[in-house]
Amino acid sequence: MKPHSDTAVPGARLDIVPLLVVPAVALAAVAFIPSLPTWVTLTVAGLAMGMMIFIMASGLTLVFGLMDVMNFAHGAFISVGAFVAASVLVPMKSSMQEPSALANLSAIAPAILAAMMVAGLLGWFFERVVIRPVYGDHLKQILVTMGGLIVAEQMIHVIWGPDVIPLPRPAFFSGAITFGEVAVERYRLLAVAVGIAVFAAMFLVLNRTRLGLLIRAGVENPEMVESLGYRIRRLFVGVFVAGSGLAGLGGVMWAMYQESVQSNMGMQMMVLIFIVIIIGGLGSVGGCFVGALLVGLVANYAGYLAPKLALGSNILLMVLILLWRPRGLYPIGKA
Amino acid sequence: MLALSGVNTHINLYHILQGVDLVVPRGELTMLLGRNGAGKTTTLRTIMGLWRASAGRIDLGGADIAGMATPSVAQLGVAYVPENMSIFAGLTVRENLLLAARERSFDESRLARIFKLFPAMQKFWNSLAGNLSGGQKQMLAISRAIVEPRRLLLIDEPTKGLAPAIIANMIEAFRELKLETTILLVEQNFNVARELGDSVAVMDSGRVVHSGRMADLARDEALQTRLLGLSLDSHQ
Repeated sequence: MKPHSDTAVPGARLDIVPLLVVPAVALAAVAFIPSLPTWVTLTVAGLAMGMMIFIMASGLTLVFGLMDVMNFAHGAFISVGAFVAASVLVPMKSSMQEPSALANLSAIAPAILAAMMVAGLLGWFFERVVIRPVYGDHLKQILVTMGGLIVAEQMIHVIWGPDVIPLPRPAFFSGAITFGEVAVERYRLLAVAVGIAVFAAMFLVLNRTRLGLLIRAGVENPEMVESLGYRIRRLFVGVFVAGSGLAGLGGVMWAMYQESVQSNMGMQMMVLIFIVIIIGGLGSVGGCFVGALLVGLVANYAGYLAPKLALGSNILLMVLILLWRPRGLYPIGKA
Repeated sequence: MLALSGVNTHINLYHILQGVDLVVPRGELTMLLGRNGAGKTTTLRTIMGLWRASAGRIDLGGADIAGMATPSVAQLGVAYVPENMSIFAGLTVRENLLLAARERSFDESRLARIFKLFPAMQKFWNSLAGNLSGGQKQMLAISRAIVEPRRLLLIDEPTKGLAPAIIANMIEAFRELKLETTILLVEQNFNVARELGDSVAVMDSGRVVHSGRMADLARDEALQTRLLGLSLDSHQ
């Protein structure tokens, strides 16, 4: 028997209004930025920054949605990922300095793989040892994960030393491509491409696979997922490890963007990451994506127009969005 | 099929179930009645493993399931329809049912049966579950429980807040369902209980205070008043 497709009830349609806010913000900025090439440069920079924040934040929003865990130690996975990548990339300096994209990628790929694996393993350890005893208690979660972040930072000092490690960008992805008067940094285009690839992969997994169906259901109502016979704890751990691995990837991208690695880089990013996942709607990957792009754009426009307001601009953005949609751009209907 | 003996459940500091003894015969629909706060929902949740029994035995087909994790209880063929339905609002009707189909695909004949029992499920197949009406959500919750063959259905107040026409639809559905499986159904509406129940257990203060045949309780107004604080006349 074939189900009907005609329906009086709205189907699974995408709410495009929050999505339109991104181009709306970008277009609104044209009015304040006198030069078009500057606007293009700032917009690409904002999108690249947004993509990198998305990569770092996407795992955390899923962890919060699925496990109801406030994990401030997520920043540790970002820092550790960056340091592991630096350890791989420093000995491969010659490949990084060659002008060939293939040679650069042959160094970057193992560095990213190592960073994601170590960050994922650290995530697994963290879930078992630090977070598992405090499930369901937000206050304790904040305390132990903040403590975990501090311990992880100190461990980085012990292993890699307290100094900032320079991490030059790969030669092929250094410099800019110019279109007339518009100059766009190559690395930013790479960041946009990686961000889109991560979003597309997460979108496909969440919307086209049974695992994704389970994760979406688990974010809404983990108890009912268990009642259907699925071991949600295993799903929790899997998502936590994957989210930690993505944080590691984000750390590598961000470190190459900043051209240096330092132990507190993860902690510094946590403010922006929390703003992004709150704006997006806790637990929503799509919301996290849109929120990250908005934060990236606003930070860059504000940094150009009113540098002193740069960080405050994102808090203002969060306030405005929460006034409009109190549960974020794409709220998850939690049970 | 299912037998609880001396089951105790504590929730935080509260001692909710205080030695529940209950038998649910195979192939029957057993009504679990009682005033608000008597422990009916806690009994279902304890059977399902959502609350841990602190003492006592829960025997399902010869195996003690007290202390088993919820997924293990579900894998033994027990389906649970909670009072709040707990449908996944952000998933479509199809996706809600697909999650419950542990064989990863639908049994076409069972799907056809669900569509016959609840035509709205077919009509709103690709609609978001969160956009369904209250009655349709309840139909979805029950459909999810029967999308695969189950040994035991635990259903908590399925008619609560529903319009009379939908309640009639539910009664018809349960009549069909009890032909193929064992059901333990919590219900506040005595007329529904009288229509459907083969056997009955009445709870009060965390214990089963009466068990027997539903028809006997339906005939005995004095017993109803004593156990449930109601007379059938008030529910006509």
